[in-house]
Amino acid sequence: MLAADPRTAADWRRFRQQFADAGPERRREMLWERANQSRTTDLHMIGRAGLGHVGGDLSVLDILTTLFFAVLRVDPEKPDWPDRDRLVLSKGHTAGALYATLAAAGFFPAAELDTFAGPHSALNGHPNRVKVPGVETNTGPLGHGLPVSVGMAVAGRLAASSRHVYVVLGDGELQEGSNWEAAMTAGNRRLSNLTAVIDRNRLQQGARTEDTNGLDPLDDKFRAFGWDVLEVGGHDHLALLDAFTAPRGERPTCVIANTIKGKGVSFMEDRVEWHHKVPNAEQISAATAELAG
Amino acid sequence: MSAAVHAGSQTFDCRMAFAEELIALARADERIVAVCNDSVGSSNLVGFATEFPDRLINVGIAEQDMVGVGAGLALSGYIPFVCAAAPFLTGRALEQIKADVAYSQAPVVLCGMSPGMAYGELGPTHHSIEDLSWLRAIAGLGIVVPADPAETRSAVRWAATSATPVFLRVGRFKVPAVTGERSFTFGTASCLHDGTDVTVVAAGTMVSRALQAAKEAAAEGVSVRVLNMSTIAPLDEQAIRQAMRDTRAIVTAEEATTTGGLGAAVAAVVVAERAPVPMRMLGVHREFAPTGNTAFLLEHFGLTAADIRAAAVELARTDD
Repeated sequence: MLAADPRTAADWRRFRQQFADAGPERRREMLWERANQSRTTDLHMIGRAGLGHVGGDLSVLDILTTLFFAVLRVDPEKPDWPDRDRLVLSKGHTAGALYATLAAAGFFPAAELDTFAGPHSALNGHPNRVKVPGVETNTGPLGHGLPVSVGMAVAGRLAASSRHVYVVLGDGELQEGSNWEAAMTAGNRRLSNLTAVIDRNRLQQGARTEDTNGLDPLDDKFRAFGWDVLEVGGHDHLALLDAFTAPRGERPTCVIANTIKGKGVSFMEDRVEWHHKVPNAEQISAATAELAG
Repeated sequence: MSAAVHAGSQTFDCRMAFAEELIALARADERIVAVCNDSVGSSNLVGFATEFPDRLINVGIAEQDMVGVGAGLALSGYIPFVCAAAPFLTGRALEQIKADVAYSQAPVVLCGMSPGMAYGELGPTHHSIEDLSWLRAIAGLGIVVPADPAETRSAVRWAATSATPVFLRVGRFKVPAVTGERSFTFGTASCLHDGTDVTVVAAGTMVSRALQAAKEAAAEGVSVRVLNMSTIAPLDEQAIRQAMRDTRAIVTAEEATTTGGLGAAVAAVVVAERAPVPMRMLGVHREFAPTGNTAFLLEHFGLTAADIRAAAVELARTDD
C-alpha cells in the first residue's frame, strides 16, 4: 500500500480552504487550473507507459477534480477513516485520471505516477484498493461499481452515518445489466446517500453509444428506476459542484454529466479513435501547450 | 490418529444448523448481515429476517447486484453472509466473486446453499457441481465444504471471523453426523478413520459414504483412512503427503466435477511428489445429469459407499 505525501496533502487542505472562501469566478478558475494540471500529468503518464485510456481520462477529469478538490469529505492522510465519503470509479479503465487526481491530493507521492503500468507498480492499468490509498474497490470489468456502491450506501444507512457514496460510471458501461439490477435496488431502498455520476461522453470503445446500443432517454431510465436525475455540463465545475452538493430528497441521485471525450485537447475531442490510442511525444507537447493556454 | 467415527442413522439438512448459527452470531455482533437474492426461504433466513429485518438485504433476483452489495458492505466494516442457491451465486456472479470479492480482498462469506446435486430432479441448471472448479481458480478465496451440521456450525463461526473471503457450501441433501466434537479448522483436513492401505479424501456429502466404505473395505481386508477435506482451498497438502507416506493409494470423492475440484486439487499435490501414488477421482466428469432425485444421481455418478469401497479395494489390490 502506498503512503500519503503529507506536504501535498497540506497543499490540498489549503486548496480546499481557499476554495471554500472564494467567490464563484475564483472557484471556477481554481478547479479549471487543477483539472488541466491533472490532464497534463495524465498525458505524460500515458506517454511514458505507452498505454492508457486517454479519451475517457480527459472526459472524466473535471468530475474527479470537482469531487476531490471541492466535495468529498476525505482525508488523504487517513484513507481508512470510517466515516469518509466514498468515491468509486466504476469506469476503472480511466485509472490514469484517478491516479493523477489522488496524487494531486496527496494520497500518495506524485513521483509514483512515473511507475504507472510498469512492472510491479502499485498503479495497475485498473485501480487496486489493496495497493492504492483512496481507491475504494477494484474495478476494471464494467458494471461492477454501482452494485458495490449500493452495498456501501446500505452500510452507511445501517451505521447511521452521514457519509455519502459517489460512484462515477461511464455511459457505455450502462449497457451492462448489473447496473440496472443495482439501480433498481438503490431506487427501491431509497438510498438518498448515493449519487451516481454518469460521464456521458457518448462514445464507447468502437463507436457512439447511440449507434451501438442506445442509452437515451437516460434520464427517464433512471427516473423510472426511482432516482432523482440532474443533468449538467460535465466540464462546468460549478454546475458539477451544485449537482454533487444539492440537498438530497428521499431518492438516490443520478447526475448525468454531459462531457466530451478527449476534452481539452482539440485533436482528441469527440474522436472515437482516442479511446485508448497513445499520443506520441509531439502530440503530448501540443496537447500540453493547449492545456496551459 | 483419531478413533473411528461411524455415521449414525439420523440425517440432517445442514441449512438448519447454518441458519441457527447465523442468528446466534447476529445476536452477539451487529456487524453480521445477510444478503440474499429472494432466497429468504430456500436459504433458511426466515428466522433471521424476523429477528433482524434491517440486517437482511434482499436484493431480489439479481445475483450480480447481490455479490456487489455484499462486497460494498464488507468494505464498509460489515460481515456479510451472501446467501443464494449455489449454482446461481457462483455461475451468475462469477466475475463479481473474482473482482469485487477476491481481488478486492473484501471479506464476504459467500454461502452456496443446496450445492452439488441437491436439487435433483430440477436438473443440471439447478445443480452446482462446477462451483468447486470455478472457484478454485480464483486467488485468495477460501473454499469450505462442511460434512455435517456440527461442522457447518463451526465453519459459520469461523467464517464470521475470517479476514479473507470464503465460499461456504451449505448442504441441503441430508447427511448423518460424522464429525463428532471436532471443530472446523480452516485449511486442515481431519482424519475420521485411520487406515494403512488406501486413503479416501472426501468432502461434504461424500464423507459419511467414505466412512461406510472404510467399514465395508475392512471386511474385505483392506484398511482405509478417511480424510474429511472440508477446506478445498487452500488444500491441506501436508495431509495428502502424509497419506502418500502412510498408505499406497488415494481415492477422492466429491459431489462436484472432477475437472477442477477436490480430486484435481489432490492430484496436483500427488503428481508433484517424486513417487506419486495411484489415484481414483470419483465425481462428475463432463456430463450433465439425467433426470432423477439426488440419491439416484449420486448412484448414477458412482458416488455411493459401495463405489468408494470398490475404488479403494481395487487400488489396494492392484498395488499388491
